[in-house]
Amino acid sequence: MGMAAACGLPLAQLSGRAQAQGAARIYDLPRFGNLHFLHFTDCHAQLLPILFREPNVNLGVADMAGRPPHLVGDALLRHFGIKPGTAEAYAFTFLDFEQAARTYGKVGGFAHLATLVKQLKASRPGALLLDGGDTWQGSATALWTKGQDMVDACKLLGVDIMTGHWDFTLGAERVKQIVDNDFKGRIDFIAQNIKTADFGDPVFPPYVIKSMNGVPVAIVGQAFPYMPIANPRYFVPDWNFGIQEQTMQRAVDEARAKGAQAVVLLSHNGMDVDLKLATRVRGIDAILGGHTHDGMPAPVIVNNAGGKTLVTNAGSNGKFLGVLDLEVKGGKVADFRYHLLPVFANLLAADTEMEALIRNARAPYEAKLGEQLALTEGLLYRRGNFNGTFDQLILEGLMAEKDAPIAFSPGFRWGTSLLPGEPILMEHLMDQTAITYPYTTVTEMSGEMIKIILEDVGDNLFNPDPYYQQGGDMVRVGGLRYSCDPNAKMGARISAMSLRGKLLEAAKTYKVAGWAPVSEAAKTAGGEPIWDLMARYLRGRKVIKPLQLELPRLKGMEGNAGMA
Amino acid sequence: MDQTRRNVLKAGGGASLFALLAAAGMLQPGTALAADRNQKAFEAKNLKDALDALGAGSPINSNDIVMTAPEIAENGAVVPIGAVSKVPGTESIAILIAKNPTALAASFDIPAGTEPAVSTRVKMAETSEVHVLVKAQGKYYMTKKEIKVTIGGCGG
Repeated sequence: MGMAAACGLPLAQLSGRAQAQGAARIYDLPRFGNLHFLHFTDCHAQLLPILFREPNVNLGVADMAGRPPHLVGDALLRHFGIKPGTAEAYAFTFLDFEQAARTYGKVGGFAHLATLVKQLKASRPGALLLDGGDTWQGSATALWTKGQDMVDACKLLGVDIMTGHWDFTLGAERVKQIVDNDFKGRIDFIAQNIKTADFGDPVFPPYVIKSMNGVPVAIVGQAFPYMPIANPRYFVPDWNFGIQEQTMQRAVDEARAKGAQAVVLLSHNGMDVDLKLATRVRGIDAILGGHTHDGMPAPVIVNNAGGKTLVTNAGSNGKFLGVLDLEVKGGKVADFRYHLLPVFANLLAADTEMEALIRNARAPYEAKLGEQLALTEGLLYRRGNFNGTFDQLILEGLMAEKDAPIAFSPGFRWGTSLLPGEPILMEHLMDQTAITYPYTTVTEMSGEMIKIILEDVGDNLFNPDPYYQQGGDMVRVGGLRYSCDPNAKMGARISAMSLRGKLLEAAKTYKVAGWAPVSEAAKTAGGEPIWDLMARYLRGRKVIKPLQLELPRLKGMEGNAGMA
Repeated sequence: MDQTRRNVLKAGGGASLFALLAAAGMLQPGTALAADRNQKAFEAKNLKDALDALGAGSPINSNDIVMTAPEIAENGAVVPIGAVSKVPGTESIAILIAKNPTALAASFDIPAGTEPAVSTRVKMAETSEVHVLVKAQGKYYMTKKEIKVTIGGCGG
């Protein structure tokens, strides 16, 4: 591809709510080229506008250090040429989050997203709307309706093509039910890397070819490769996943042979994995990526043996809509434009039809969702490599309710944010915990086992080869202090583990509380759902004071642009 | 899920399953006959001893062997591993797992005129380098890949 770089929104010139009217113009994107893709990913079932604080710790190691997506705060603004203090800076970074959130308001929401999609589709005939997955999980209503509220909303939104990850935690049967019934003839669910465990037969079509403005284009699907490892395997016992470069190459080659003049990969790999994949698989023009929740204002252009591949990542929780325009000339992609548009709920009118659908979907649950559990005096958020205040709250709840000196909480990257002074409603608690394996656990663990677990999760995050990463954050640890050297090899990253000032002993056992176990044995054992435990804890406290994050002592990360 | 091959085969059921497979050319009588087994190699406790018992010594690293295997195993008890050798005159393909209690997991003899492509499932005790060893015209060639066996959880 001959690429003319193009990104950056006029938003950078805006600041303050007085500019709101003019700011709506950021959505007036002139059409470019003849292939158009609208892309959202990892919305985690957030139908209503929310707040989402981007991380101030998103470390890159080895080749990934100091490069997108491992840039936070000012480093991110500098790299992408975004002015501090603007609406754009608010959308893409954690900087002045509380102040900026009060100025620019909530983001996302399907009713506002629907308005934007309609507007862009009107200016871009034939445009396809792609959903990168993590759509049917993340909210109370998605959990209680087994994803039905999101399925209905996505159909109304006009999603054309989807792939998945957390969606599979509804279980294989439910997934097939949705794909074979609700989606039939409307939405293509594609995944080249899901095969039956017995014979290796494809479970979903690997790709689809669509004709847009007279140009045949292939969209290949890549589901999250490590779903049965990162999440319970028992939800999809008969399916194998994996990255599968060779079958990916075959799918791309086959689509090209069938006449596709452009190939787009709808990926749930995570950005580091996509960046590596783009160096090794030939013939993909653009990767519309997700999973790692990196809101990247511009694509990374990767060279490979077949030419160039654009790699994008479109953030999470409904905050953004990616707009990719490709110009196909003489049978191949000649130029592109890419924009990652923040969905500012204050700047986009709610679509009335979508608003009604959401209202109806929520109606049976409103009373339960609206229960005030407590009030927070500090900012509550989750995202960050090692901890977030909402996870700190969960750790403290677990330790108190289970009477355990140590607690573990998984490094999920979804979950909305709350400002100081806001009530913590049942809905907000569910935003952090709504999964199909919510069991809380208490385990007697040896010091050696605790070390093994921290090393294992640390390697999933900091392995220098992205293909060995799983894309979540580090397990959150309460009570236990430790040091972490992300650059070290597996087995040597974690040290100086101590509890109440005393070093952990390898052979001694410690009581550890946790939740979200992936083993089938833990499912059989049951265990109180985390939301019940936390609701009780919050009701008992009524007011949550600002929380002090428990963080590991980091080694070798001085000057890393992924930390502020 | 009704269209999967497993269900088609289940519908066939029991003894008739083998008749079906045989009719489809998927099973051939006699293929399961084992050649003489290199017992010493299969009992070797580490990679070096296994290579020595196979007579491989220090094999040459080769890009003509393509290993298909996951980077992270979904289940350490059944890790799918495939290997294709483009080394001319390939006589045998072996799969070795450095950190397993016994390193040699499988060895396939490739009769002349056969495509040197094999696949199997192996059990892995822990994260380990997995080696594919090819014997061709009396020489030994090897490629390797790390396969991670993880305790899982905490993703996403």
